[in-house]
Amino acid sequence: MTAAIPPTSDEQLDHLQPTGWLRYFSFSLDHKVIGLQYLVCGFIFYLIGGLLGGAIRIELASPMSDFMARDVYNQVLTLHGTVMIFLWIVPVVNGAFGNYLIPFYVGARDMAFPRLNAVAFWMIPPAGLMLISSYFITGAAQSGWTAYPPLSITTPAAGQILWILSVLFLGGSSIFGGINFIATILKLRRPGLKLMQLPMYCWAMLGTSILVVLSTPVLAGTLILLSFDIVVHTGFFNPGLGGNAVVYQHLFWFYSHPAVYIMVLPAFGLVSEILPAHCRKPLFGYTTMVYSIMTIVVLGLVVWAHHMFTSGTPPWMRLFFTIATSFIAVPTGIKFFNWLATLWGGRISLNSAVLFSCGFIVNFVFGGITGVMLAQVPFDIHVHDTYFVVAHFHYVVYGGSVFVIFAAIYHWYPKITGRMLNEHLGRFHFLITFIGFNLCFAPQHWLGLNGMPRRVAEYDPQFTFINQLSSAGALLMALSTLPFLWNVVQSAINGPIAGDNPWKALTPEWLTSSPPPVENWTGEAPLVTEPYGYGVTEEQFQKTATNNSDRRSSDQ
Amino acid sequence: MTTLTKVNHDSDQHAAENHEHADHRLFGLATFLVADGMTFAGFFVAYLTFRAVNPLLPDAVYELELPLPTLNTVLLLVSSATFHRAGQALKRDQAEQCQRWLLLTAGLGLAFLASQMVEYFTLPFGLTDNLYASTFYAVTGFHGLHVTLGALMILIVWWQSRSSGGRITSQNPFPLEAAELYWHFVDGIWVILFIIFYLL
Amino acid sequence: MSIPSIIRILLLGIILVLGGLWIGQNVNLLPVDASLNAAVYDELFRVLFSIGTILFLGILGLVLFSLIKFRRRPGQQGDGLALEGNLSLEVFWTAVPAVVVLFIGLYSFDIYDRMGGMVPLNHGAHDHQQMDMQQNIWGGIGANVEVSNTDNALAALPVEVTALQYAFLFHYPKGDIISGELHVPKGQLVSLRLEAKDVIHAFWVPEFRIKQDVIPGQPTVLNFTATKTGRYSIVCAELCGPYHGSMRSAVVVDEADDYNTWFSNNAKTTVSEA
Ligand code: HEA
Ligand code: HEA
Ligand code: CUA
Ligand SMILES: [Cu+2]
Repeated sequence: MTAAIPPTSDEQLDHLQPTGWLRYFSFSLDHKVIGLQYLVCGFIFYLIGGLLGGAIRIELASPMSDFMARDVYNQVLTLHGTVMIFLWIVPVVNGAFGNYLIPFYVGARDMAFPRLNAVAFWMIPPAGLMLISSYFITGAAQSGWTAYPPLSITTPAAGQILWILSVLFLGGSSIFGGINFIATILKLRRPGLKLMQLPMYCWAMLGTSILVVLSTPVLAGTLILLSFDIVVHTGFFNPGLGGNAVVYQHLFWFYSHPAVYIMVLPAFGLVSEILPAHCRKPLFGYTTMVYSIMTIVVLGLVVWAHHMFTSGTPPWMRLFFTIATSFIAVPTGIKFFNWLATLWGGRISLNSAVLFSCGFIVNFVFGGITGVMLAQVPFDIHVHDTYFVVAHFHYVVYGGSVFVIFAAIYHWYPKITGRMLNEHLGRFHFLITFIGFNLCFAPQHWLGLNGMPRRVAEYDPQFTFINQLSSAGALLMALSTLPFLWNVVQSAINGPIAGDNPWKALTPEWLTSSPPPVENWTGEAPLVTEPYGYGVTEEQFQKTATNNSDRRSSDQ
Repeated sequence: MTTLTKVNHDSDQHAAENHEHADHRLFGLATFLVADGMTFAGFFVAYLTFRAVNPLLPDAVYELELPLPTLNTVLLLVSSATFHRAGQALKRDQAEQCQRWLLLTAGLGLAFLASQMVEYFTLPFGLTDNLYASTFYAVTGFHGLHVTLGALMILIVWWQSRSSGGRITSQNPFPLEAAELYWHFVDGIWVILFIIFYLL
Repeated sequence: MSIPSIIRILLLGIILVLGGLWIGQNVNLLPVDASLNAAVYDELFRVLFSIGTILFLGILGLVLFSLIKFRRRPGQQGDGLALEGNLSLEVFWTAVPAVVVLFIGLYSFDIYDRMGGMVPLNHGAHDHQQMDMQQNIWGGIGANVEVSNTDNALAALPVEVTALQYAFLFHYPKGDIISGELHVPKGQLVSLRLEAKDVIHAFWVPEFRIKQDVIPGQPTVLNFTATKTGRYSIVCAELCGPYHGSMRSAVVVDEADDYNTWFSNNAKTTVSEA
């Protein structure tokens, strides 16, 4: 489809909205600009978080605490966890792709509350800067991203307070974002578009936003109480003053377990968009996918205490949380089997987007299986707070969410810039990321099982070799960002022109020009009732198999 | 690559936005209130857990009197009703009456705050005295903050609904409706708070 | 689907299951097992490892197979097959994981029970009028052994563990011994009562497969029976400050005689029963 661009008439230019590259530094209300702001800002924080992760791996290449002081190590790992979760994964899988895609998917010209949207984004850079600069000004927080009291009350206060403030800001930003997504998906749908016709990413974002709205405020309240404990010496979580340290853990995990689904459900949604387009098949089992998302949302709210099996919780509570947690494997499994069925019988282009998506499937299943193992109380008692857990969650957050972010960038880059990325570099990027990632995190399972606790700068020398293996993997991962960065920058300048719809995809964002005009469509938004209407019937399939004639469904 | 410009209907749409999206804004506010309610829910659960598992230290003082908070409950419940009357008056285009009800509502809200202050200063315990005391002050304080914000909003709405030159009319009732929804929410939270902290 | 392909799939499935079971039973990723718990734990680990291997290899195989078999070959233009869903397949892959996790859950529960994790805790002071905080024992593994009546039939060795930045202290109420290392006799039930002085720590002995947070203000319990003599590390597993990584101690498991010698050498009060 070629977009008919109406002639420019100067008085129509909204003077509030700068054009050209400057608008990416402005308080723009355009959801596409905001989406890109989220993406680029998030990626910068990924590099910072990765740098910190690299520092961790350098320290751990030797069993002594020799690369940095012990308290600096704790600051670094706290910053690494916080940056990666609150400034990279959450803003990018929700904010960046959600903003860019959701209005297209519901057939709207923008989000429901454009101003709130811009506010939500612009809360992030100051909060991030505050967090990072705390390291240089006062020393960053040292109590891990979980900030368990009484440790977080007794470590230097200034860094911890700055940490709390920036997490409050980031939480607020994500609540505003969540409200916006819920309103956009439920209220701004184009007339005639039914809920069950929406692309899967909308459902993923709806579920995620429900989790955001229900759980993030609890974290905010908890951190406010924690800051009271630090600043005015109340004793909510301070046993020395009659308080209860375990209540903090319950409240914290009531947010932070759902947070893991906030990090991964949108990624599930993105994969559901990417695979059908490149396999040239409908998304398998649309309805069950929708129900499984909603089941994950409900279950996700009632499993938090699986992070606290050794915290002195009563036996009935452990029993309940073990069973509830294990059952999350069922709806999650449904999604994975549906993706496998989407691959099955397709005409799969083995491009970078597909490779990263399949890398995601493999890694996440691995991390999910170790998750189900961790959910078993007796198993968890041995490996809790060890490198087994570190390995588990890097498999799901990196092998899951980060792999999907890369897949999504490869998939939507032509949409955003109108140019193609270099495929060879992309596949090379996939290869070393995949190898580096597995080399870095697979050996950590063994470390955990054999006695290496997490959050330590020094360890038993018997673990040296395996740690060095892991550090070598981290080095590969760091190197793997180079071809990617080169590719993205280089192709934006002189990559081949993509055309409006290089993948011949059917979801609505592709039915306009690439890059899209400010109001998304010139004229009416198209009514897309079958976003996954790929594929040919059985007889046609037999024929195409023999004569190679062009039968792509999307060719008009 | 960013030379595309806006299309014609754009300006109409933004102009129309205020009216078209009014219901979305109320919906958005309701969603926000769900979130806000979860903050309170977290506090309440924390308090109940403290009560269940953390005995008060032997020499700690924690006693609450009932009369003043009961009065407060009545004040807030009545103010919800008066706010409702203000909204009805606006619908009937009776700006003056609407303003009168609003003023009454704001007055009740301020009375609540004043009486809360009286309670704070007469209680035999301070913020950091013991666990329950801290929780009590933190939660009622957080609620009081909401009431303060609500009272300010009512005053703004009151000013904007004046009959000549005010922006809030029966055609544009959104700010009033939003403030009203928020106010009912704050009242509802108070009722739960009252039950949990004073009656249990 | 034709008969031969069903047989082929069945065959592959059987190979996968047998292979997974073999790997689960024969690949050992754990350190020595030196307590009664550890043996039980390793049984659970082998089962979980087998199931996990089967699932992972199965899915990995499916992904690789699909990517190779159904890849777009040069010159191919058409779409894939328009399959939108299949009810019986959906039911199948909902039911199978549901049964598997139910099995895992019940099985691990049984394991946990055998470790003594399900013994109800004696919550003395539920009523907050009652001021005696000491009574309130929080979850752990095993019931709290009353320290005061040491001569009862339980015959568990009570030890009080205090954790503080950055050390563990062990107090034996029987002989009033205070020690920086934990000495226990082989084959006897030991009951730890743990409490922290400052921040949360965790008591972990990898060879025993047990861990329990040591929390200020909330004493916890942990029971175990060592089965192999030797010296094993006690590791602090909860971030507790800059020197968390060096907060270590050791548990020394001795034969009963050696233990008794150590005990009487260190005991401050003579205990008749020793
Ligand atoms: C994206 C983030 C993400 C995701 C999606 C998950 C998913 C899961 N996690 Fe994980 N988890 C984390 C991020 C995540 N986790 C983090 C960050 C921590 C550490 C926090 C900290 O302490 O710092 C953690 C810690 C953690 C713990 C606590 C460990 C400890 O500290 O002792 C537990 C315990 O139950 C757990 C369990 C699970 C389970 C059961 C799932 C399930 O949702 C997984 C379900 C998926 C599958 C099972 C695979 C697909 C399914 C099939 C193919 C069907 C067939 C499968 C079976 C029948 C088993 N996780
Ligand atoms: C959510 C996402 C996420 C991601 C993507 C990562 C990515 C990585 N993590 Fe992360 N990690 C966490 C979340 C994440 N982590 C969390 C939540 C914790 C727990 C914290 C806590 O205990 O409180 C943790 C803890 C943690 C530990 C345990 C620390 C400890 O317990 O002592 C380790 C150790 O190996 C580690 C390593 C790494 C490595 C090597 C990467 C790598 O994958 C990173 C790869 C990326 C790069 C290497 C960037 C490459 C770029 C450059 C190097 C160039 C930089 C240049 C400029 C800036 C100009 N992480
Ligand atoms: Cu004590 Cu870590
Ligand atoms: Cu969790």
